[in-house]
Parts: sequence; structure tokens; C-alpha cells
Amino acid sequence: MGDKLKLALKPFRIRGTVKAPHRKHTAGCESVIMPPPDEVLICMSQHIGAPCKPTVKVGQQVFVGQIVGDSEAFVSAPVHSSVSGKVKKIETITMPNGSRVEAVRIESDGLMTPDESVRPPEINGREDFLRAVRSSGLVGLGGAGFPVHVKLSADKDKVDTLIINAAECEPYITADNREALENSWGVISGIKSVMELLDIDRVIIGVEDNKPEAIRALDEVCQAANRDMKGNVSVLPLKARYPYGAEKVIVKACTNRVILEGKLPADVGCIVMNIASVAFISSYLKTGMPLVSKRITVDGAAVANPQNVIVPIGTKIRDIIEFCGGYKEQPEKLLFGGPMMGLALPDDEMPLLKQNNAILALSKKEAKRLEPSDCIRCGRCASVCPMGLTPPTLAGYVKLKDTHGLLKNGIMVCMECGCCAFACPANRPIVQSMRLGKELVKNAGKKEGK
Amino acid sequence: MENILTMSPSPHLSSGATTRRIMLDVIISLVPASVAAVVFFGWKSLMLIGVCILSCVVLEYICRKVMKRKNTTGDLSAVVTGLLLALNLPPGLNPLMAVFGCIVAIVVVKQMFGGIGNNFVNPAITARIVLLVSFPVPMTTWEKPFEWLNTADSVTGATPLALVAQGESTSYLDLFLGNRGGCIGETCVLALLLGGIYLVARRVISPIIPLSFIGTVFVLSFLLGGDPVFHIMSGGVMLGAIFMATDYTTSPMNPLGKLIFGIGCGVITVLIRLYANLPEGVSYSIILMNILTPHIENLTRPRPFGKERKHEKA
Repeated sequence: MGDKLKLALKPFRIRGTVKAPHRKHTAGCESVIMPPPDEVLICMSQHIGAPCKPTVKVGQQVFVGQIVGDSEAFVSAPVHSSVSGKVKKIETITMPNGSRVEAVRIESDGLMTPDESVRPPEINGREDFLRAVRSSGLVGLGGAGFPVHVKLSADKDKVDTLIINAAECEPYITADNREALENSWGVISGIKSVMELLDIDRVIIGVEDNKPEAIRALDEVCQAANRDMKGNVSVLPLKARYPYGAEKVIVKACTNRVILEGKLPADVGCIVMNIASVAFISSYLKTGMPLVSKRITVDGAAVANPQNVIVPIGTKIRDIIEFCGGYKEQPEKLLFGGPMMGLALPDDEMPLLKQNNAILALSKKEAKRLEPSDCIRCGRCASVCPMGLTPPTLAGYVKLKDTHGLLKNGIMVCMECGCCAFACPANRPIVQSMRLGKELVKNAGKKEGK
Repeated sequence: MENILTMSPSPHLSSGATTRRIMLDVIISLVPASVAAVVFFGWKSLMLIGVCILSCVVLEYICRKVMKRKNTTGDLSAVVTGLLLALNLPPGLNPLMAVFGCIVAIVVVKQMFGGIGNNFVNPAITARIVLLVSFPVPMTTWEKPFEWLNTADSVTGATPLALVAQGESTSYLDLFLGNRGGCIGETCVLALLLGGIYLVARRVISPIIPLSFIGTVFVLSFLLGGDPVFHIMSGGVMLGAIFMATDYTTSPMNPLGKLIFGIGCGVITVLIRLYANLPEGVSYSIILMNILTPHIENLTRPRPFGKERKHEKA
């Protein structure tokens, strides 16, 4: 970390944020490709938007990259088989957030035969490109899983900046760092394609400054790219504080533009893409292989060999952990994603989804949380909130079920980053309270609508 | 996997800050002032500190038990209240009166309003004011420092603020070191500043309230013809600004609110000192601003990120 990097850009000021522990144990671990598992479970809802309908039948032979689920809706993305083999079952599974969705269980034949439909897409202009991105099944790989073609379809005249999110502010996770180190040319070639096809001049790659090697690698390829094309690609080292990788925060840090409540980055002329997403675009344009595998970080004190693994989508958590040497001790908590915003899982039967970037098996010691006590009004929650909210006030309105007060005090701006609960000395369940408040507002809106 | 996994909402990490640790930091920061109290006013002040802490903790325990609520003495907030109250008492006070003060602080002000985080005024300050009103003579009977070393019967003295009214002055050095009459914990400015620096360095308090409080007293007393250096170092300004006005529960949370709160405390203190029929006004200024805190907070709440101004009026 020691030597200072000399780069032209400086990030703009961000309110709040916390100094979460980094715990990037796997930052130096070269990604390992996991062999295909015996069976995968392809979930029909791996994105924000309409879930897909299965397009295959039980007993059907499928190949790698073949569509197994699709939807007519615009805000949706098709899902593909990540192995070759036979469809064993089409079932309904319960997601960790409680929703029930369909999933296709495929028994692998271990051959990984690609589907014959897999060939490089023909791109003649913007429309072709957007169609290709949709059929690649790409969703935002940073965690939220917003279908990428929807983002890229933003009004061409409005957008002037592409922000590549490589902040990776969540503790433990190093998958984006490995992407930058192992595939920097892929990243820049993906950026170039997006720039050319969407006619964007300015690209800012935001990386937290606790990844100096990634910054250096990306800066090198950026300089090479700037020499032989119009437009400007640059790397912006961000402060290594959580949550610099949150969409609204990174847009403000990179451009000083504020996304208004309920608006999208495109409304302030920005498109934000995760570094893995843009690298995937490059490989898709070359090979035509849809999103069937992804790089994830497997870590946590309960895992024997923490590392970065490239895993076929739909692989069960248990198989991934087994590949990483199994459990070293009884895990207390299993997480999809990082410890700040990740989702706790009920068991290790869940399949990997497109947008997951980490699996953490936390030991009892790591997952320890203290009993909540009374709020002492110390104001730490308010001072760390990157959105400038005052959680105790909002929690008061939640108790009163006062949706007017909640709206007035900006409950819908909350992105549940968890800084407040992280900083709280009384261990209050603040994020739950905020979620409840948002639900109250949404339900009140529904009632008024009817 | 045979065992059941813990399912809980995010975040799954915590900064490790606890109420207990914060209160422990406050206690640590008050150690220099407590030592100074014993040095200047003798074993009587040590006894006062002990009596107050013990009775606050016992009273809190009994209260929670009677109210059938969870025991909260472990968070050390009762210790802080007891210690602060003791430091706000004159050295010769009858310990039974101090216990009465503890009852006001813990039972009436703190627990009857719901315990930690729910009181609307500072418990220690309120207890001090109730004692002052109930026992005006013992509460304003001061002793000269180091008297406890010389004679068995201590000689009563006056506080610098009272001396000024009589036309006598106290040297700045004596004020800074605490070699003067007053409440046991308020005299040694040096010890209080050390504690304040510790609290700011540990990020337990923000420096906004102490700086704006002391700064306002300095500027306003100068403008109104007083001696600004004397005013910030005499009476309870340091103790009040650093330790009492910064109480989380009864001061605003956001920086602008803190600034207004501090300035308000300073203005009321100077006005009471210079124009009212009382030599000292720190306690009253803090309790008045405590009562205004919810309103200050409502008026100064920061605008959420990306929230348009017009919504605020709605």
C-alpha cells in the first residue's frame, strides 16, 4: 500500500461512511476454475425485474449456453444452462429473502459441450448491441443484479459518462480486484465497446485505494487505450471506506453529481457498470458464450481454503465450499455477498446466482453480535449515514407508522448499506427498522392507488 | 451440516462500539478532575464521589427491579451520572443531601422517563438544581482549597464569581490550576481540559458543543464588558461545556444543532452571570437548552442525499 500513486483525478467529497475492516485475505489468490459439479440448479429469477419462465422440459438434453428460461418483459434477462446434461426436474424453491421461484435442475454429463447457438454476435450499431447484451443474460454483477441492457438503453443524448465500479468496498470480497489484475485487457476492451457503441466520451474507473496493484494495472491499460482512440478513460482512486461502491455514492465521488430521490444514474448523465460486467461484455462479443459462470470470493473463518473461484452459475453452495476444502469448523452464518449487505442463508443447498460475488462462511467468533440495548442518541448512525438520514427520527416514525413523516425525512433514500447499524454502540436493529419503514410507505402508496 | 445456521438481516459486522465502552471513556476522562477534587478539597470530596456513585448504581438497580425491566447498571451510565453529580457539589455538603440528589437524578429524571436515552434533561444537572433550590445555604457554602490540610474545622471561602461581586479578583494561574473555591470538580481547568481532549480524541464527543459554548461565553462577556478569560475559567463553564452539555441524550445530534445548542448555552450563562441575581448560570443554561433540544433538532435536521428542497415544505 505504501507508495503513492500519482493520478490526475481526486474523488469528490462524500458524507458519512464508515471504516469497516477490510479483511481482503484473498486479494493475492489467483482465481481457480472449478470443474463442473454433478448437478446445477438454475434459478429463474437472478435479476431485478420479471422472473423468467422455463423454456425446457424435463428429460431434455441441454448444452452450455442454451437458454433455459426467458421472459417477454423488458426489465428481465434470460437464464442459460451452465453445464451440458439432462434436465432432471423443474421445481419451486424458496429464495433466502423468502420469495418462491421456479428453478431448473440439470444433471451434468461432465462434458461441458457448448450449445450450437453459441457464436459471436453480429453487431452493427447500438440496437444490435443492446439486443446482444440482453441475450447474453448479463445482469449487474456487483450485487444488485439489475439487467444491464436496461441500464445501457438510457437516452443516448443524456449520458456522457460511464463509471466502472471496481470500488469493492465490502469486506472480504476480492473478486473485482482479481478481475482487474487478471483480466485488465478484457476490462478495457469491454469499456471500448461500450464507449463506441453508446457514443460515450468519458469513462471513470473507481477503485478503492486499498487495491494499489489493481489501480496500477488498470491505469496502465487506460493509458494505452487513451493513445489509440478518442475519448478519455481514467482510474479514480477512492477512499477505502464503506460504502464507496454504492451506486449513488460512487456517482457523487466520481462526478460530484447528486442522483435525486427515486432517480437513476442515467438522469444525471451516468451509466454505472461493475468491472466484472464490462469485462464480461468483452468476452461475450468475442465468443458469444452467455453468462454461465462467474468469479466469486469464498472466504470466512469457517472455510478451509479461502480463495477466488470461477464457478458455473447454479452450482450449489455446498459443492463450492467442498471445492474450497470444506468447512474448517461449524459455520455460524452463511452469506451470499459481503458482511455489510449480504444475505444470510438458511442452508448450503442454495444455488449460486448471477449477481452473487461472494460466499462467506462466518465462524461463531466472526458472526458474533451483541444484544441490542436502548438508544442513547449518540448520533453515530446519523453521522455515518452516506445519505444524510437521521435513523432515530425515522425509527420513531416507523413506530408511529407515520408514512408522511417517513417520506418527509427521506426514508426512501435509504439504501440499507448498514453503516448505521455497524456504528451503533447499542447494537440496535436500525436497518430492519428502515426496511419496515420503506414497506410501510410502499403499502400506503398501494392503498392510495386503489 | 447438522447444526442450524443463524439467519439475521445485514449488516453482519459491527464496529465493536458499545454503550459500556463509551461510558467507561467518560469515566476515564473524569479521572483527572476527580483527582484534582481530592487534592484541593480532601477526603470529603472523595467520600462525596463514592457516596454519589454507589447510590446512583444501587438506585438504578432497585428502580429497574421494581419496574420489572432489564438491569442496566452494567452499561456504567449510572456511574457517570453519580460521578458528574458529585463533581457538581460543594466540598462540605452533607452526604445525605447528596443521596437525595442521586434520587432526583436516577429515579425521577432518568428511570421515570424510561431509563438511558429517554430523559429529556440532564439528570446530574437537574439534581444539582433541585439541591440548590432545596438546600440553598449548604449548596453555596464553599471552602478554600487546601484548607483540609491545615485545620480540623474548615474555613469557608467564596467562589471567584462571588469574589468579583465583592470587587476581589483571582489570578488566572489559580483559576487554571483550580486553586480556588467552588464545586469539587469544576475548579481545575487543566484537568477538565485533559478529559475533554481525551473524549474528543476517542471520538466520544464532538468538539462543537464545548467550543461553541466556551467561545460564546468568551466573546459575549468581552462584548458586555466582562473579563473573558476569567469568565471561561471560573464557575462551571469548563465542566458544564465539556461534560454536561455534551450528554448525548439531551443535546442535538447533528452538527448545526450542536452549534446552536452550544451558543445558546453560552448566551444564557453570560446573561445570568452579568444581569441576573445569581452568581452562576451554567446549570440553568444547560437545562434550558436541554428542553429546547427537540426543537433545535427538528429545525436543523440535514437534508437527505438527493432530496429536493420543495419536498421539505410539504
